[in-house]
Amino acid sequence: MANKELWIKDFDRDTQEHPYQKNLSKISPVDKKSMIETGVDVSEKGRAGTFIQLDHSVVHAASLQKGLEVMNISDALKKYDWLKDYWWKAVAKDSDEYTILADKESRNGYFIRALPGVKAGYPIQSCLFLKKENLLQNVHNLIIAEEGSQLNIITGCTTASYVKKGAHIGISEFYIKKNATIKFTMIHNWAEEVMVRPRSKAIVEEGGMFLSNYVCLKPVNSIQMYPTATLVGEGATARFNSILYAHSGSHLDIGSRVILSKPNTKAEIIARAVTNGGTIITRGHLKGEAPSVKAHLECRGLILSPEGSILAIPELEGKGKDLEMSHEAAVGKIAKEEIEYLMTRGLSSEEAQAVIVRGFMDTAILGLPPELQKGIDDLVKSCQEEAL
Amino acid sequence: MLSIENLHIEVSGKKILDGVNLKIEKGVTSIMFGQNGSGKTSLVMAIMGFPEYKITKGKIIFKGKVINDLSIDERARLGIGILLQRPPTVRGVKMRQMIALASKASNKKFDVEKMASKLNMKEFLDRDLNLGFSGGEMKRSELLQLAAQSPDLLLLDEPESGVDLENIALIGDVINKLSGKDKSALIITHTGHILDYVNASRGCVLENKKVQCVGDPHDILNRIRKYGYKGCISCHRKEPEKIKAKN
Repeated sequence: MANKELWIKDFDRDTQEHPYQKNLSKISPVDKKSMIETGVDVSEKGRAGTFIQLDHSVVHAASLQKGLEVMNISDALKKYDWLKDYWWKAVAKDSDEYTILADKESRNGYFIRALPGVKAGYPIQSCLFLKKENLLQNVHNLIIAEEGSQLNIITGCTTASYVKKGAHIGISEFYIKKNATIKFTMIHNWAEEVMVRPRSKAIVEEGGMFLSNYVCLKPVNSIQMYPTATLVGEGATARFNSILYAHSGSHLDIGSRVILSKPNTKAEIIARAVTNGGTIITRGHLKGEAPSVKAHLECRGLILSPEGSILAIPELEGKGKDLEMSHEAAVGKIAKEEIEYLMTRGLSSEEAQAVIVRGFMDTAILGLPPELQKGIDDLVKSCQEEAL
Repeated sequence: MLSIENLHIEVSGKKILDGVNLKIEKGVTSIMFGQNGSGKTSLVMAIMGFPEYKITKGKIIFKGKVINDLSIDERARLGIGILLQRPPTVRGVKMRQMIALASKASNKKFDVEKMASKLNMKEFLDRDLNLGFSGGEMKRSELLQLAAQSPDLLLLDEPESGVDLENIALIGDVINKLSGKDKSALIITHTGHILDYVNASRGCVLENKKVQCVGDPHDILNRIRKYGYKGCISCHRKEPEKIKAKN
């Protein structure tokens, strides 16, 4: 299961600029459609702000709630000198060839911040969009939830319908201050020949919470990522939930890591992986370094096609006393008993299997607000219909 | 409604049933008694069409049609419904969704909330099917799904097992409603408790891989209580009237 390497030199680095759109209704209908499929609603109904980047150009960035900031990161870095204390402080710039490239020439990305005590009523939406064939999109995002604030972000990554090949490097640094919460939901809807290398780190302070949801259901060439949350304050919490569906030809190497470095911190990693012919490596790493930490890792995999493969690598690492850490992993086929059971209610064998697979990719684990839940359920349904 | 003729069943090459004959008329609820391991569950699984229960000889006739070769779902859509003794957990599939699928497959309108409320299952509607359900909750969940499915023939495998006294009357009441005048039911029991709560007019005993006697279910239960299942075996193949006369 060798990883598909992303050869930076194979992709174009430059493209034309796209104009800023103050009014979102000006976005072309076909692009709009792709955006909707990643949970981005251009009507902004039930959203607290929007960020849209096409290729290298930020075409829209605005907050709809006082106390929330949604900006182009390039503008934010100019506006706030103090951002240098956050820039490349969670992710190390020399981590690998992708972070090195991002350090040298990242092209925009978003800055999202909640001021102290501000609770976002609705989710902020963001969309990173590949419009040009064979382009390497290279963004650096910074997200800060100040003390006592709450942020809910949904970010969709997608391509124009005609784009087949491309690459995306995304650096994301999350800072969750004392008693703040970030719920971050990322949906990847790339295309068959797109290579994706996100590099994400979150620093969570005392009593803070980082909830990260990841959904990848559409065909893609390869995605490799290992987002990591470090709990640096007592009582901090991190949760990672992933729902993965690998089509034939897709290579998904997706991990989640939580470092519990202070007492009474908690972590949970849940992954649901389904392959219909592609390869999935699902990793999880929990590292307990302080007393009275609690952490659990759960991975369930379902193989629907003889060509599909799943490698589950759960790792637990405990240092010190009074730790409570556990994991469970299971990989297999759909249970015959479950199919037959549903058939007794009048469903055909095919219908029963479809219902079971959809249930397996249970979006309820994401804990989303209703305005996002339905969109993601529809995504699961359409992905499955395509696969069948 | 249902007619079983000289049915032989094998599971993994092992003979489980050896020439079962049974008739259930339209509108009749029939109780099948038998010891644990006598093959009662195998019989209803074979009627429902589970492929593991292989028919090696004989016929299952439902609504005048031989259904030996039909799949489970074809039999379900023809009007057979089953309450499983130990239904599997289906993660991520919510009970509400299952009920909707069942009523859609049978093309019948169904008031979920009303029936769920009657069966004290309202709080279970948005839970994963059978995940962490107690014995009694599973039976009520099965009945709720069956109500949505509204089959013409109900196969109920030990509907009272694991159910507390308070709920057994409720379950009996719902079974009576589901097996109304044009419908039939075959209820399996080895304790016979359910008999106090359902309107059953026929009974039979399954022992030694065959149906051993047929008659009034209350008489049969009384005899089993008096003489045990051994009594049924020793008098096997005698007419029910004669059994009565002996008492």
